[in-house]
Amino acid sequence: MLSGEFHTTYAGDMGIFETRRARRLLAVFIVAVFAVPFVATSYWLDVANRAAIAVIAATGLNILTGFTGQISLGNAAFLAVGAYTTAFLANHGVPFIVAGPASGAVAALAGMVFGIPSLRLKGLYLAMATLAAHFIVEFTISHWEQVTGGVAGISIPSPELFGYAFTDDRRLFFLTVPTCVALLYFARNLFRTRVGKAFIAIRDQDISAEVMGVQVFRYKLLSFAVSSFYIGVAGSLLAYQARIITPENFPLSVAIDFLGMIIIGGLGSVLGSILGAIFLTLLPEVLRLATSALAGSFPQLVQLFSPLKVGVFGLTIVLFLVFEPDGLADLWRRIRNWFRLYPFSY
Amino acid sequence: MELLLQLVINGLVVGCIYSLVALGFVIIYKSSGILNFAQGEFLLFGAYVFLAIVSQANVPTVPALLLTFAFATFLGLALERVVLRPLIGEPIISVIMVTLGLSSILRAIVQGIWGTDTRPVPSVFSLEPIQLGPLPVARGYLYSAASVAVLLVALTLFFKYSRPGIAMRATAASQQVALSMGISVRHIFALSWSIAAVVSAAGGILLATMRGGVDGSLAILGLKVLPVVIVGGLDSVGGAILGGLLVGVLENLAGGYLDPVFGGGVKEVAPFVALVLILMIRPYGLFGKVRIERV
Repeated sequence: MLSGEFHTTYAGDMGIFETRRARRLLAVFIVAVFAVPFVATSYWLDVANRAAIAVIAATGLNILTGFTGQISLGNAAFLAVGAYTTAFLANHGVPFIVAGPASGAVAALAGMVFGIPSLRLKGLYLAMATLAAHFIVEFTISHWEQVTGGVAGISIPSPELFGYAFTDDRRLFFLTVPTCVALLYFARNLFRTRVGKAFIAIRDQDISAEVMGVQVFRYKLLSFAVSSFYIGVAGSLLAYQARIITPENFPLSVAIDFLGMIIIGGLGSVLGSILGAIFLTLLPEVLRLATSALAGSFPQLVQLFSPLKVGVFGLTIVLFLVFEPDGLADLWRRIRNWFRLYPFSY
Repeated sequence: MELLLQLVINGLVVGCIYSLVALGFVIIYKSSGILNFAQGEFLLFGAYVFLAIVSQANVPTVPALLLTFAFATFLGLALERVVLRPLIGEPIISVIMVTLGLSSILRAIVQGIWGTDTRPVPSVFSLEPIQLGPLPVARGYLYSAASVAVLLVALTLFFKYSRPGIAMRATAASQQVALSMGISVRHIFALSWSIAAVVSAAGGILLATMRGGVDGSLAILGLKVLPVVIVGGLDSVGGAILGGLLVGVLENLAGGYLDPVFGGGVKEVAPFVALVLILMIRPYGLFGKVRIERV
């Protein structure tokens, strides 16, 4: 029987998991996730890998936008920086175990450079500065042909770890999902530390944060760095999964997708990033299934698929913002609380 | 010298179009503090609706223009009422995302109805270039320059002397005070969205006529114009117009002189480089209202 929480120690109150039961359930869930590659088709494994990569990127963006309150439209650029760093290193024989974190580090550096305007800019103007970052990075990768292969793209060899080659989506699953779980754990833990609390203080009131002794600019840059590190690692995995990357893999719409994920999932919530990323990755797949199921009776639907996908994406975002501004994470919390106290909801 | 002159003139005429589109941003921002990322789709919608009225319903040009403007007014009002109003007071990221979501929806509607092929637009005016001194200038550019000039005067007078214009500025300064002075903030928002939609529709029609056709790529202009509004300052009508001209010239000069060095693409990225630099030196644009708040 479920009931409310009752903590008797501060440590218990601050814990990552609310109850021992939650920890056990999570362990069961993770084991269940690792059973997926043995039953799913390769198509759905591709979807699962993309979802795991999206979860990493969305978590990174949520650290910056949801927790620190800095709006960034430049995350597709940081994804590209991560992906191209991996491509460059992998083609020079560097193994994944080095290339992955290195991609994150290079992306973090790029993030810090483009985070410098946040010293003076807030809100809309910061959004514009990061948007400019997107176009500048896009220009660089399509023109720096010795390193990036230009518009023709660049191919990436399969990653290897301890002699095990991750050649297809089934094997890659064992690379993307553990990385994702580790980074999620780190993110959840981050907001129990001094640094994470400083981020939240800056989001809530930057001037008060400064008064309380948080070095605002330093922590803003740190937030840009951590966030871009996540997105860079996501870019690295994306490069390994896609095998060939071109500048067209990183349009502005990717950045908008990531923002959509954290809006739909819930700003300032690690769980929200997970739910939002999975939701928006699955949405086109569900739409595709629906259209192919209905194609028999409505043949014109097949041509309408591409506008339908764009329209449903926009509509989802608008509806969530208007009716459920705290996103899926809040919805999940309400459902859980309802069941926790069922049938005596008072 | 010849090249320089040609590039500057080209920049100025393209800049006029940028100014026209930028005005749509400024009008909305000035009254409600919202940056409308769906501006490009407003252009697209205006152009397609005009096209549909002219070529499918066979309405002559002038009534078709008026009908398009009426439709744009309705679109602006409807969007403000259904989508933007519930978000008053929400964090800025939500407002940015809702306009981005809107742009997806509008693009999907346009694609769903009219497809992705380029559609020819019947010319509203003759496409023969006019000889301006030694240089030929396309007629469409002159028309857009003229409409920018007219709009500049009209909007300046509107914001300065008319009751709704003053009410709009009051709303921008402080919504609470405006409310307590008996101004209906909701009506002001609705008004600014419909004005912006009409201005954008006019811009869309001009652009479509100049290109000779309309397709989805017209909407990209909505993003291209962002450096313009930032350079000019988000809340300055004059700044938007001057910013448009500046960015137009800058872009053409960069394209003309640097493209051969880098092998293309400089034209597109130059305004964004300028944007970052200007934001670092003058965070509120060249003419924007300075809100000093140090952290």
